[in-house]
This record gives sequence, C-alpha cells and structure tokens, in this order.
Amino acid sequence: MALDAGPAVAIDGLVKRYGAVTAVDGLSLRMPRASILALLGPNGAGKTSTVEVCEGLHRADGGRVRVLGLDPVDDARRLRPRVGVMLQDGGGYPGAHAEELLRLFAGYARRPLDVDLLLDALGLRAVARTAYRRLSGGERQRLALATALVSRPELVFLDEPSAGMDPQARRALWDVVAALRSDGVSVVLTTHYIEEAERLADHVVVIDHGRVVAAGSPRELTDAGTDAELAFHAPADLDIGALRGALPGGPRVEHRGRGDYAVHGPVDPHLVAALTAWCAGADVLIDDLRVRRRSLEDVFLALTGDGAAP
Amino acid sequence: MNTEPLLRTGALAPAAGPAPLARMVARQTRIELRLTLRNGEQLLLNLILPVLFVVVLVTEPFVEIDGGSRSGFFVPGVLALAVMSAAFTGQAIATGFERKYGVLKRLGATALPRSALLLGKTGAVGCLELLQILLIALAAVAVGWRPHGSPLAVGILVVLGTAAFSGLALLIAGTLRAETTLALANIVWFGLLLAGDVVFPLSKFPTAVADVLGYLPTAALAHGLRAVLRDGHGLNAHDTLTLLAWAIVGLTAAARWFRWE
Repeated sequence: MALDAGPAVAIDGLVKRYGAVTAVDGLSLRMPRASILALLGPNGAGKTSTVEVCEGLHRADGGRVRVLGLDPVDDARRLRPRVGVMLQDGGGYPGAHAEELLRLFAGYARRPLDVDLLLDALGLRAVARTAYRRLSGGERQRLALATALVSRPELVFLDEPSAGMDPQARRALWDVVAALRSDGVSVVLTTHYIEEAERLADHVVVIDHGRVVAAGSPRELTDAGTDAELAFHAPADLDIGALRGALPGGPRVEHRGRGDYAVHGPVDPHLVAALTAWCAGADVLIDDLRVRRRSLEDVFLALTGDGAAP
Repeated sequence: MNTEPLLRTGALAPAAGPAPLARMVARQTRIELRLTLRNGEQLLLNLILPVLFVVVLVTEPFVEIDGGSRSGFFVPGVLALAVMSAAFTGQAIATGFERKYGVLKRLGATALPRSALLLGKTGAVGCLELLQILLIALAAVAVGWRPHGSPLAVGILVVLGTAAFSGLALLIAGTLRAETTLALANIVWFGLLLAGDVVFPLSKFPTAVADVLGYLPTAALAHGLRAVLRDGHGLNAHDTLTLLAWAIVGLTAAARWFRWE
C-alpha cells in the first residue's frame, strides 16, 4: 500500500450540533500517519461526535474534515473500505453468531484477515456460536475490535475500546493497538482512562465541551504546567521561611508533617542545587529527594474542571 | 486470549479494499435469509401459519364463501397474507431490532454501500417469498387447488405487493422504537388478516366499507391474485394501480424519514 503523504486525519474548526446542543464547537487537530492519537475527555465532551463525523456517520455542521485526504461523507465509497471502525455500542444482527458476524464483515473486504486467527487471538472462540444479543459487554467489545481489524484497514477508529473489558482483555487491546502502529496503521481512540492515553498515545488531545483544551504528547502535556514539585524528607524542624528565601524565585515551601516537605514550582537543576546547598549549610541531611511530575491525570482534571487542581 | 499471532510484524499491515459489489449483495442476502429462517417467530409467521391457513380454510367450513371453490378463494388470499408477512411484518420487526442493536449504524461504517444492504434485504425477502409460494402451492394442490392464469401476472402482483409492503415496513421500522414496531407490525398483520380479503370475503362487509377496504394493500393483492389464479384473468387496473400507489407512497416516505440509528 503506497503511503501517500499528508495526515491520516485533519480537522479544522469542526462544529457538530444535535438540535440545540452543540456537541463539537470549533475543534481542530492533525494526526500523522502510523501514529496513535487519543481523544481524552469526560463523558459528553464531544469525543464520539468527533469520531463519528470522521467515520462519515454524521455530516459536519461546520468546519472541514479530511480522513486519509478524503471527505468522510462525499467520498464515503472510496474511504470506508480503507477505514476500520469500532463503535461505542458495537452493533450486530441480534440473532447472528459471533463468528457469522465476523465472517460477514470479512466478506466486505477484498483481502480480509483470517477469521479463525482473529477469533482465537481475541478470545472469541468459546462464543463463536453464541448469538450477538447473548454476548456479554466485554465479548461484544472484543468482537467489535475484531470487525474493525478484519478488513486490514489503513486507519482505525476505536471509540471507548476498553469500556467493559476485563484487565486481561484491556492488556490484549493495548498490545494490538501498539502492533497496529508498528505495522503502519494509524489509530484514533477515544477514552476517559488516562492510563490508556498515557500508555498508548503518541499524541493526546484533551477535549471538553466540544473544544480542544490541550494537545501534545503525554510528556509535553505533563511537562507543560508549573505544578511540578520537589518532595524531600528531612528532620521535622526546618526553618521554612529561611529555606524559601534561599531558593531561586522564592517558591512556596510546605511542611506536610513528620518531615515530609514539598517545594512547589518549576523544578529545574538550579532549584535542586539551591535546596541541597541550603541543607548542607544548615547541616541538614536529606534522606529522600524526589521530583514529582504532574501525571496526565493531574493535567486532565485541572483542564476539564472535574476536580480541584493538584 | 492469545494475541501473539496478531502482534507478529506485518500481521496487521494495511491491505484494504472492498470486496466486489455482487459478492457483498450475495452475502448480505444470505445472512438476512439465514437469520429469518433461524428465528422461530419468523418461521411461524411466514411459513407455518400460511400453510396451516391454506389447509384449514380450504378443508374446514369455518368461513362461508359466496359459492365457487373454497381453494379458489382462500389460496390467493393466503398468498397475499404470506407476502404481507414476509415483506411487511417480518421485515419491519427484523429491521426495527437491527436498528436497536446498532447493526444498521455499524454497517454504515463498512465498505457495504447502503444500496447493497437494501438489495440484500430485498433479495432475502424475495427468496423467502419463493419458499412461501412453493410450500403454500404444494399444500394447496394437496387439498385440491388447481391454479389458472398467467404466472407472469402473478409475478408482477407479488413484486408490486412486495414493494408496497417493504416501503411501509421500512417506514415504521425506521421511525419508531423496535418494541413499538413489533407491536404495530403484529396488529396490522392481524387487522389485515381479518379485513384484507384473506379469511373473510369483503362481500361480508357493508358495500361502502368493502369499497374502502378494497384499497388496502393486502386486499388489492388478494383480489388481484384471485382474478388471475381463480378466474384466469390478466392484471386488473384497480388492484394493480392500488398496489403501485402504496409502493410509491411507502417507499417515498421511507426514503424520506428512515433513520439508520
């Protein structure tokens, strides 16, 4: 498959409304090929609406969306065969067996993956002859993943792929997503599991109220803020005021009790050097010193206002 | 769960492309038909009840008719009932639940074009109707039925009836909740069984009522089939145009209001 240039997904100023509700409100993003992009956001943030516009299931009310360089609605006939989709609620004939459904989806593709291999790999062999309506939530999710992969797509959209999966299945999903990228497949996934985004994604886009509130690699997002802290343990009777005066920029110093201290603010080598120098001057032994970065969870909660900033 | 085979280098390498359209339509037809034949209620509605009706109505004098052969009256009526069962009631219920289980939305995100999905559905209904006609005819011949008329005229009426019922089926399945569709499709089936010239001749109703009931799709199909199969006539304008009108109205309305999810 020739790798044509250009992003896998390019969205400029997407607007999507349902009646009076604006689900997506001027969202823009760009995703390079063969990478993993996570749309992270709380429920109702507009993740599914964004993905479903990209899948051509809904027409955008504003803005421009290009998927593999094509318009998801106008070029649907050319685009759909190249894209694999896992919807949030799965979707299958209620009376059809899991294997029957997977073979049906394989039949839409010119060179599908081996159905037996997928059934075994995703733990669906035991329910191969079970009707779709009798599958558990986790089984439906794994079947939906299989249907998204079976056509050997260039780009895969996974909407809340790990919802309802047990830890083992989630682990398997993560392995498969990483393997997709290694094989040159682009993956867009939505999630509200921060760990999933942090672990898998090359690029995280945090969405809230239909807008992008932050974007970057997990590292960039966690580095960006000024909320890192320098935590150390020392005798419980330090003169905090004197310490603060000795540190560059006069950061906030907090004694959390029993000798646990925290220095808040941008942590850089000068701050560490100044802290240790002051302690040496005061003949104080630090017996534990750690730089604590913000986790993506801290960033997420701070940005989406679902909790107090750390 | 052993994902290892999927994780080998190149196992998931892109090689996308759609299957040939004809193959997709054939596979869609096959799964729709197989799912119908697997479903107990669909079997009852589409095959068991019509065959039972033919045998019982022709051989047992539950319902009086105005003279002439009993099979000549009831067999065309039951054929009309069977077409209604397959194209309207069965299709409406199946499609309603497919919407509820998200299959129509999911299929909308595959290489399968919507036209191919609809062709598959129509193909499955057509295959089911052939099976119904075969079984009903066999049962009817066994109880003494001797058909007349042109098979082509029968075919045209069945196709028109199928188009009319399919449009109405997709209209309710595509706009109402699955449970509502289920109830409505069954009520309409029962209502038209009684008032659609199937088990009760319309001559049992007051003339003014009978004239109105004659415009119901089931009545038009039953009456039209009877004119061919019993009386050896060709297509009559009233029934043919009535079915055509229902087909145009139903399919247009379905195309306008059907929602895939």
